[in-house]
Amino acid sequence: MFFVASAAILVAIILVVVRAIRGPTVFDRVLAANAIGTLAILLLAAIGFLTGRPEWLDVGLTYGLLNLISMLAVLKFFRHGDLAYDGEEERETKA
Amino acid sequence: MNTKAAPEVVATPEVFVIMVLLTLLAAVTLAIIRQRNLFSVVILSSIYSFLMASIMIALDAVDVAMTEASVGAGISTVILLATLHLTKSVEYPAVRQVALPLFVCIVVAGALIWGSISLPPFGIADTPIHTHTAPRYIEMAKEHLMPPNIVTAVLADFRSFDTLGETTVIFTAGIGVLLLLKGRVKKMQGQDDTEKKGEA
Repeated sequence: MFFVASAAILVAIILVVVRAIRGPTVFDRVLAANAIGTLAILLLAAIGFLTGRPEWLDVGLTYGLLNLISMLAVLKFFRHGDLAYDGEEERETKA
Repeated sequence: MNTKAAPEVVATPEVFVIMVLLTLLAAVTLAIIRQRNLFSVVILSSIYSFLMASIMIALDAVDVAMTEASVGAGISTVILLATLHLTKSVEYPAVRQVALPLFVCIVVAGALIWGSISLPPFGIADTPIHTHTAPRYIEMAKEHLMPPNIVTAVLADFRSFDTLGETTVIFTAGIGVLLLLKGRVKKMQGQDDTEKKGEA
């Protein structure tokens, strides 16, 4: 059962990688990167049960946090073009 | 030792997973090489790191996978994006000849593959690295009441000076980067001040 689940996740990863490589716009690639992060967590869990060692599940939590951080950085770069952007500063200069 | 017999390729689920992931890794690498938009390259390299981390997990190296995911997919992406802010995001097409670099790459890859042929099969217990120092580490860790986790005992006790040296190198590099960034910010602020004075 876990092998079937792993195979299904692998198929999903293949589809997402195809989208990331072809993806006409940058946003397709950003979405694909986020989806790959999620699928990597799922694959980790499935392989853990497949090989009889589900203790790895904790590692998935770390992956989730890392995925969030890199996505936040990417989106902040898109919105402001600068990672060190501070909303408070802009309000002060306007006033 | 009967190491001449070719290692049998066992078709376990793990091998299947690793094969699929390695194929995807090759595809993503080619895409990174062909891509001219640097922002897409950053995103694709993040995908590469997640795929690599998955392969490490399938190979039972969870600690390496953690490092790959945190450094490769997490920190590197952020640092590369910060770099992208300072440069233009489209790479100019290559005008140099590619024949010589390609030749060098093929020769090096051939040498590496040739060298990997004579490696002992994956996961065999009686290879030199497992029979030489590892048993001694395991025995001494018990004898000298070192930390119960043997990996920690090796890193923090047997190789403590090595680890100290590594930490020093990384610490020095971090201080250097911080000093460089700090100088740059001050310089930019100073330029702003002089511009304002000039306008006034």
